[in-house]
Amino acid sequence: MKLRTWLAASALALSAFIAAGCGGASSGKAELVIGEYGSLTGNDATFGQSTKLGVELALAELATAKGGKLGGLPVRVVVEDDQGKAEEAATVVQKLINQDQVIAVIGEVASSRSLAAAPICQSNGVPMVSPSSTNPKVTETGDYIFRMCFIDPFQGTVMAKFASTNLGLKKVAILQDVKSDYSVGLSQYFKEAFTAAGGVIVAEQAYTAGDQDFSAQLTSIKGKNPEAIFIPGYYTEVGLIARKARQLGITVPLLGGDGWESEQLIEIGGDALNGAYYSNHFAVDNPDPALQGFLTKFRDKFKKDPDAIAGLAYDAANVIFAAVEKLHADDPTAFAGLSSAKANSAERKAATAKLRAIIAATNGYAGVTGTITLDDKRNATKPAVVLEIKGGKKVFNTQIAP
Amino acid sequence: MSEFLQQLVNGITWGSVYALIALGYTMVYGILRLINFAHGDIYMLGAFMGLFAARWFNAAGDPSPMKAVLVLLTSMLICALIGMLIERLAYKPVRKSPRLSALITAIGVSLLIENGGVLVFGASPQFFPQIIPEKNIALGMGVTLSNQQMIVLIVSVVLMFGLRMLVLHTRVGKAMQAVSHNHMAAALMGISVDRIVTFTFMIGSSLAAAAGVLVALQSPKIEPYMGIMPGLKAFVAAVLGGIGNIPGAVVGGLVMGVAEVLVTGYISPTYRDAIAFVLLIVILLVRPAGIFGKAVTEKV
Amino acid sequence: MKAILVPLVTIALLAALAAVLPHFLNPYLLRIVLLIGINIVLAVSLNLVNGFTGQFSIGHAGFMALGGYTAAMVSLKLGQGAAAALMVAGMPQPLAQGLMFLAALVLGGILSAIAGYLVGLPSLRLRGDYLAIVTLGFGEIIRVVILNVDAIGGARGLPGIPQWSNFFWVFLWAVIVVVVSRNLAHSTHGRALFAIRDDEIAAEALGVDTTRYKVLAFVMGAFFAGVAGGLSAHNDAYLNPSSFTFLRSIEVIAMVVLGGMGSISGSVLAAIVLTLMPEALRGLKDYRMVIYALMLIVLMITRPQGLLGTRELSLPWGKRKPQGARGPA
Repeated sequence: MKLRTWLAASALALSAFIAAGCGGASSGKAELVIGEYGSLTGNDATFGQSTKLGVELALAELATAKGGKLGGLPVRVVVEDDQGKAEEAATVVQKLINQDQVIAVIGEVASSRSLAAAPICQSNGVPMVSPSSTNPKVTETGDYIFRMCFIDPFQGTVMAKFASTNLGLKKVAILQDVKSDYSVGLSQYFKEAFTAAGGVIVAEQAYTAGDQDFSAQLTSIKGKNPEAIFIPGYYTEVGLIARKARQLGITVPLLGGDGWESEQLIEIGGDALNGAYYSNHFAVDNPDPALQGFLTKFRDKFKKDPDAIAGLAYDAANVIFAAVEKLHADDPTAFAGLSSAKANSAERKAATAKLRAIIAATNGYAGVTGTITLDDKRNATKPAVVLEIKGGKKVFNTQIAP
Repeated sequence: MSEFLQQLVNGITWGSVYALIALGYTMVYGILRLINFAHGDIYMLGAFMGLFAARWFNAAGDPSPMKAVLVLLTSMLICALIGMLIERLAYKPVRKSPRLSALITAIGVSLLIENGGVLVFGASPQFFPQIIPEKNIALGMGVTLSNQQMIVLIVSVVLMFGLRMLVLHTRVGKAMQAVSHNHMAAALMGISVDRIVTFTFMIGSSLAAAAGVLVALQSPKIEPYMGIMPGLKAFVAAVLGGIGNIPGAVVGGLVMGVAEVLVTGYISPTYRDAIAFVLLIVILLVRPAGIFGKAVTEKV
Repeated sequence: MKAILVPLVTIALLAALAAVLPHFLNPYLLRIVLLIGINIVLAVSLNLVNGFTGQFSIGHAGFMALGGYTAAMVSLKLGQGAAAALMVAGMPQPLAQGLMFLAALVLGGILSAIAGYLVGLPSLRLRGDYLAIVTLGFGEIIRVVILNVDAIGGARGLPGIPQWSNFFWVFLWAVIVVVVSRNLAHSTHGRALFAIRDDEIAAEALGVDTTRYKVLAFVMGAFFAGVAGGLSAHNDAYLNPSSFTFLRSIEVIAMVVLGGMGSISGSVLAAIVLTLMPEALRGLKDYRMVIYALMLIVLMITRPQGLLGTRELSLPWGKRKPQGARGPA
């Protein structure tokens, strides 16, 4: 138990450390490396997996269209799992930046993880494009942080406007996912806008993602006789909530946000969802060729329907690709700095700063989730559509501009 | 009043699910003094096995009570086998080790099943088919109960009684009691301790699988991580009732279910996850061995 | 003389390493080194409760959350302003920030320790698994309460915490917790703790005030867990209640058990191994957590007593054999 064990133990620790260090070390080849982090495992695994598919599709298209190259350099995407933990998100983004020498980062869906990772991207001067973190604070971190989706205040206001103006409602109950900052944020802004428009929130109830029983909340809501229930959660729970509500004899319409967007919503909620409305980035029956093309390609490749998260990730990847190409066209010398061969150099810093400026100037980009223009706070401004569920189909109802 | 009665009905249905999971926890604990952290994951596997069985029998396309029973039994059987496998491969080698090592093994098994589940079933939730078409039954006083809730209640009660009969009135049940009192003495009486332990795991796992199918029936979203919270709370329910005690697990499960639903409905839903533990701490401080547990005087 | 010299040399050594390391390690590797340090503080402090005293606590993440949020709020509301004021008054930046950081960490630790006392006093009457489940409950209650307090960010988390953690501070605390544990192991109090672990009834018969000692171990463990929470908060610059689920407690328990119950060096070693292992397995992508779980099971089956059992590694040039840590777990 003396020297030998000590040596053995140190050797074990050292070798593990070296393995950790070399695991993803940059190859130094001439290529463009883009990082992506997300919850591939853990409670929110479906977010990370959807994001991954969206990015994979964008990459596959790049491969067929341009041989997988931008400006003559092959593109590689490194995906890291953060297990749905904020501190793990910070670690993997450090790894992507320092080990893999990425030129830009895609992620995350949950605002809590984006908030943990954003300061690292900011201080390292690496642009980070979050496909779907809606908390306003994420992009407030700094000028290297962008997002492809609208923010909570906008979406909450849209549904409040829709409820009071289009549906003429006065009494609404809220059922929010209390552990999701997305859901809490949406509820907050919905409440503000709805009460400002003269409406009353008659009940505020909560659940947490992963719950399987919602009868208590709904029974209590039923006692307050609302004219509609606003449920700003994810489709995974919404379907169950809808079924339970109908089971308990609640017949009023249900309202929601883009978290509802998924084919599985109808699969699980079935008839219970008829007459529900939710705001979204796109309407599937929108004949827009870009969107229809995306839907077809996604179904062909993955044998299932994309959700909004996959669509936003696809847009995020394409916005970065477009920015890289633009940099190549505008300033080939600066572009050369993005190559992995230039990792850790002053040219790299200058190149990512220029890449940042190009992303920030994104204007009228025709994405599948709407026309994306980044405002001065680096948030996407785009109109929201409100969909109605009729006979098990999602039908375009109205469009509400920012 | 009708709202309160409705909440009570909701609570009892939900509690009966906790009770089913808690039974498995309590049985394994009674015999091995092991907190089987993977038990909640068996519940998850039960739901998935039910899903595959339902597809196999086309139980949703052409529903019949016969097929529903078949789905339930298939899932229970497969999970019993999985339980046996886990016990043989992972727990048996650490049975003589310090208890904390066994606990870490259980945690390892739990992580393995969850993350293996992501690989095999995929991370996105899947939806359990409607093998019994839903109908609402009005109970009067404004209280409704769905036929699915009713089935959950009936099946739970049948399984609990079955378990009680098994433990109290069969040879193998008596052997289980003997082993839970004292391994050594039971072995000296000619009981094969290994076999009884394996058997206990199989029974416990099949009960968890039944709970999985029953929950999936009324709340059909199933995913690989669905077992963590119910597993944890069912364990709390088992401790609440007095761990190792079978009627205690049932009562603990029902108390937990009703308490959760009442807190959600009347105080604040945000404290739903906390109430289970508050209740637990209060009860343990008053009755340190749980509601039905016997205070064991330690021998010197 | 030695009593002053040793701490001074340690501090100088840590400061020198903190200055030199960033030149050799990129920020990612440095972050992992810091995570190792924080996990050492957590594992060694839990070892006081689970390893030394044989009590079974799975609420460490709760204490960590309490300390982390307290320290973060102290820094946000007072520390940042005070540090700025001190710098205006002419104090060098590292010293001013360091003082405020230390104050925040200690306050976080003290609040955790008080919570540990309040939880420990009544619940340590319970034995074994009952205590375990109460501590687990406590951890979950803390988390749910934090989730519901908007003033500290609620479900949205608390961003903008000053990034004050660095190699020096993290490893200073790692050294402190190891030295305190080691000294405790050699003291009368430590012997009392081991006695409780080995046979509580016999210990009580010999006149050891078991409840008092159990609470003592519990409070010390809670204090350092709180400090670790503060270090972690000032390292990530962000706090979120979802980081403190019972799975976090479980990770720490795995370190204590894998290291060998009661072995300080074992806890340190296991903290290193279990922090590096998931990082080293990153290349395996989707299979990573499955392999991690399998390795945990295999390690427990092949070495149920942990890597070091109850023994201690002694430095080859070390002099004392910590016999106090011997004995069956």
